[in-house]
Amino acid sequence: MRWLVLLEPRGELTTGSLVALATTARSARLAGAELHALWTGGQAEDVMSRLRGLGIATLHAAPADHIPPLSHEAWLPLLTELVKNLEIELIVGPASALGKSWLAALAARLDAELAQDCIALGTTANGTPLVRKPLYAGKLLADLRLERQPALVTLRPASFQIERSGDALPAIAYHTMKNPNNLRSSIKEVVKVSAGMAELADARIVVSGGRGMGGADHWAVLQELCQELGAALGASRAAVDAGWIHHAHQIGQTGKAVSPDLYIACGISGAVQHLAGMRSAHKVVAINKDPTAEIFQHCDYGIVGDLFEVVPMLIQELKAQRTQAA
Amino acid sequence: MKVVVLVNAVPDTAATPEIAPDGRSVLTEQLEFVLDPYDEYAVEEAVRLKESLGAEVIAVSIGGDVARKALRCAFAMGVESGVLVRLPGGMELTGRGRSFCLLPTLRELSPDLILAGKQTVDSDDAQVPERVAELLDFVHASAVSQLTIGEGARLLVNREIEGGHLVIDLPLPAVVTTEKGINIPRYPALPQVLKAKSKPLHEVAPPLDVDLTAGWQVESVTLQHTARKQQIFSGDIITGVQQLAELLRQDA
Ligand SMILES: Cc1cc2nc3c(=O)[nH]c(=O)nc-3n(C[C@H](O)[C@H](O)[C@H](O)COP(=O)(O)OP(=O)(O)OC[C@H]3O[C@@H](n4cnc5c(N)ncnc54)[C@H](O)[C@@H]3O)c2cc1C
Ligand SMILES: Nc1ncnc2c1ncn2[C@@H]1O[C@H](COP(=O)(O)O)[C@@H](O)[C@H]1O
Repeated sequence: MRWLVLLEPRGELTTGSLVALATTARSARLAGAELHALWTGGQAEDVMSRLRGLGIATLHAAPADHIPPLSHEAWLPLLTELVKNLEIELIVGPASALGKSWLAALAARLDAELAQDCIALGTTANGTPLVRKPLYAGKLLADLRLERQPALVTLRPASFQIERSGDALPAIAYHTMKNPNNLRSSIKEVVKVSAGMAELADARIVVSGGRGMGGADHWAVLQELCQELGAALGASRAAVDAGWIHHAHQIGQTGKAVSPDLYIACGISGAVQHLAGMRSAHKVVAINKDPTAEIFQHCDYGIVGDLFEVVPMLIQELKAQRTQAA
Repeated sequence: MKVVVLVNAVPDTAATPEIAPDGRSVLTEQLEFVLDPYDEYAVEEAVRLKESLGAEVIAVSIGGDVARKALRCAFAMGVESGVLVRLPGGMELTGRGRSFCLLPTLRELSPDLILAGKQTVDSDDAQVPERVAELLDFVHASAVSQLTIGEGARLLVNREIEGGHLVIDLPLPAVVTTEKGINIPRYPALPQVLKAKSKPLHEVAPPLDVDLTAGWQVESVTLQHTARKQQIFSGDIITGVQQLAELLRQDA
């Protein structure tokens, strides 16, 4: 039994890819599956060294500087061929924007089912993959037994625990890429919008602001908290719709879904569509001046108060803790 | 230019569907259905192409009576006609099954551009449009927040990814899925809503030559319940903040 994980080559190996890989590796170990990974970017040797101890048999790569690493059109033929040749039974990718669309296209080529955005992966006693998938904005969870093979899954990081056992490196298998010149679509540019800040999808801590931020000019205090915690900045739709912050920061049903270790909601009321994007966070903190705000029903710790008083104090307190620890 | 927009009806997102007594399926009959919020962006974009380029716009949906509702919503926003691939009552399809159901209709319509939502908000499947593109051998771009039609009928799109976007140039025919930010969907005016009732809606049956059964078994459906500590500090903010910082340190 062989499984394959698709690694997303946005610059370096993303946390999302690494977590999907580690999660799959754990299940593969239990199920006795041989685990393979595919990297479409450059410097495969560097990636290989980061995969030490994860129990991966082979890292597949294709040195192809002339081929854009993010173009699904360019890479799908190789990926399809690989899955068929190796008789892969389960293909896993990160539930990122690119991961989801690559696997959707691959599923069509393989005439296979695809379960997107799953939060857990395991197997039945006889090795059939089992996944847990949120439905209806995370209000329900469905457990699916993936009977037909190959099956495809994208995984949302549900925990950032990466267990390594031993220090074995995967073998590298290099493949050659054919026909690089007949691509119909071309990626003209890769534009970064939130440069300098941790990316939401990869962040272990997310600090979000809502309508309670009161305007576009008041976000410095949240940015400082982000910096203090190494967190990414999120927002509610109300804040995005008001034009205070770019929509790339929106958390929720029509924004991004995140599962960080810690989510801090500031001036956010806790609408169900917002909860959809952060329900699976490990710990939730809410800061809101209304003691009856719904968000307090969905948090671990809450402070009733004006965020513009609470957040600066929290920053001071965290700084003080850090100096004490040092 | 011919544009097909794929639309789907979903339960109003504020509602919580009930789990069926068998513990493996979901009861949605009681719920209010609305046009999927991502499909609103797709419909708006299609109607703008009608208005700016005189494109012919057809909406297509798969399902039962609620799917008709999705088509009527699209009509009220300005789409001129629609096709419903009518499923027998109670029939549920995976993303694979839905893409196969759309194929005969799409082949017949032979559009230059297929617009669809980024994902259905009930299941977050994010796969029907990409599958359709692959099966039709169209190029595709997902989660597009900006679309322009340029020289030689090529598309230039911004495709959102984590931390930024890709600028992609693609030829027609193509499939594009819409992301928030691409436009602000119009709110249909009453005359349009009334006119929507009389726009042509054609029904077809799902194809018989493909196996549409799901490749997975649903073991169980449960309510997601994340037990939260709900430790709320009110009153003296300084003490509250100190305690919070201490708790965060312990959790870390
Ligand atoms: C189809 C659909 C999709 C949607 N998708 C999303 C989505 O993806 N993401 C999303 O977030 N929403 C989404 N929404 C919108 C959602 O329903 C809410 O309207 C939105 O989340 C509210 O944002 P908010 O909590 O910032 O604002 P509000 O609900 O207005 O809450 C503001 C909160 O800030 C508090 N506050 C004000 N000032 C302060 C202060 N100085 N200090 C502390 N607290 C303060 C108030 O007490 C209040 O609780 C969607 C809605 C629909 C219909
Ligand atoms: N039943 C359906 N009928 C028509 N279009 C659909 C249907 N399901 C999904 N789509 C289209 O595909 C997009 C993505 O859906 P999904 O792949 O199900 O998440 C939706 O936003 C629709 O545009």
